[in-house]
Amino acid sequence: MIQLVLGRMANRINLDKILKILEATSTLEGIQDVIEKVRDLFEIDHIVYHWVDSAGEQYGCGTYSPEWVQRYLEQGYLRTDPVITGCFQRFHPVDWKRLDWSSKSARVFLKDALEHGVGNQGYSIPIRGPNGQFALFTISHDCDDQSWEKFTEKHSRDLILLAHYFNRKALDFEPNRTPEQSRTLSPREVDVMTLLAMGYSRAQVAETLSISEHTLRVYVESARFKLGALNTTHAIARAMSRGLIVV
Amino acid sequence: MLRYIYANDLHKFSDLAHSMFVDRADQFKTRLGWDVNIDQAGEERDEYDALNPLYVIWEQPDGSHGGSMRFLPTTGRVMVNDIFGHLTGGVPIQSPFIWECTRFCLSRDASSKVAGALMLGGGEIMRNFHIDHFVGVFDRRMIRIYRSIGSSPEVLGTEGIGRDQINVGLWEFTPSSYDMVAQRAGIAPEISRMWFDRSFGGSADLPMALSA
Repeated sequence: MIQLVLGRMANRINLDKILKILEATSTLEGIQDVIEKVRDLFEIDHIVYHWVDSAGEQYGCGTYSPEWVQRYLEQGYLRTDPVITGCFQRFHPVDWKRLDWSSKSARVFLKDALEHGVGNQGYSIPIRGPNGQFALFTISHDCDDQSWEKFTEKHSRDLILLAHYFNRKALDFEPNRTPEQSRTLSPREVDVMTLLAMGYSRAQVAETLSISEHTLRVYVESARFKLGALNTTHAIARAMSRGLIVV
Repeated sequence: MLRYIYANDLHKFSDLAHSMFVDRADQFKTRLGWDVNIDQAGEERDEYDALNPLYVIWEQPDGSHGGSMRFLPTTGRVMVNDIFGHLTGGVPIQSPFIWECTRFCLSRDASSKVAGALMLGGGEIMRNFHIDHFVGVFDRRMIRIYRSIGSSPEVLGTEGIGRDQINVGLWEFTPSSYDMVAQRAGIAPEISRMWFDRSFGGSADLPMALSA
């Protein structure tokens, strides 16, 4: 058990390091490099991040073979791929098993995908950015149903965060993008993070700020997301290193 | 039964959708007197309906709308941050694990069971999509209704008085609250899961078996 917990902590630390690399990236090659690192960390076959910007331009990076990418484009699979049709304009994460594979074209596509090593399992996270920007973050692997269920149960929260952090990076590449303010902390969030950094317990922070622990959890969650961190500890470290809070 | 429908699929359920928007006009304009827009078809819609939200709708045995609510991810544009930011301590609420729930509506002839069924639908969303919290906008009357179905939100902020009162509140998901909501709604969790799978695709029949 302890081994397991330690293993998970090491995994988290590595993932946090990778997120920092992602944040510092300013090129598409950089994103590609990060995707490969994440794939290796999770020990799965593939990760693909694919997005359409607000002007309708498409971009993608990931670990599928160049042959499969080429084949996908040549066959125009974008129109028949159930992952795309099942995720477009939506916002809930989808296990591929829940998609509709019943049509003939979907089955042809699936067979081809399997032959190109995509894997028989997949999990896709759709994201909607501003002004019609849309992205899909997908992981896929070859394994039995039980192992896959275990994997997604254990990692889907981290994967959902990763998907959003990748997308945030992609939005940095948008032409004429206006810098968003959403990544600075509001005064209330600064208070919360400062007290936590000082070693206050959640109960003490809530009491000091006259809010419930329930509300506190939402403020912490919001701040964590803005800071691009995996958990509260990492969020506090980010806030301090960026000078957003001073302790 | 409960249906989970994205806005861009509402055309497949046109009668149900129409009666939902008409019931919303009845609730928010006629009964509550809110400053909402009603179109020529008698439907109440706002700008957030245009963002392809996910609706959870209780369908009556005759196919009409019995009650509904609307969800959007707080990582995009949402009412709580756009309009009611001052009620959440000036903190824009933003997380992939928090969705906004608005336009909780009950039709005049809905049975007492409908509110509970909708909350149970909310529980399915939380359980299946890794959502920890809903942040919602609701009128005063709803506080009592939420309490009666075993799913009281924590009120973060309030403005206005009487029937004009608007609240921003927070729901948290816990497995025990799911069980309690199911029990009060009088709906077996298995049935609720079946409705969920019907809308989102079941994981029962696996096309991936092809690969074996």
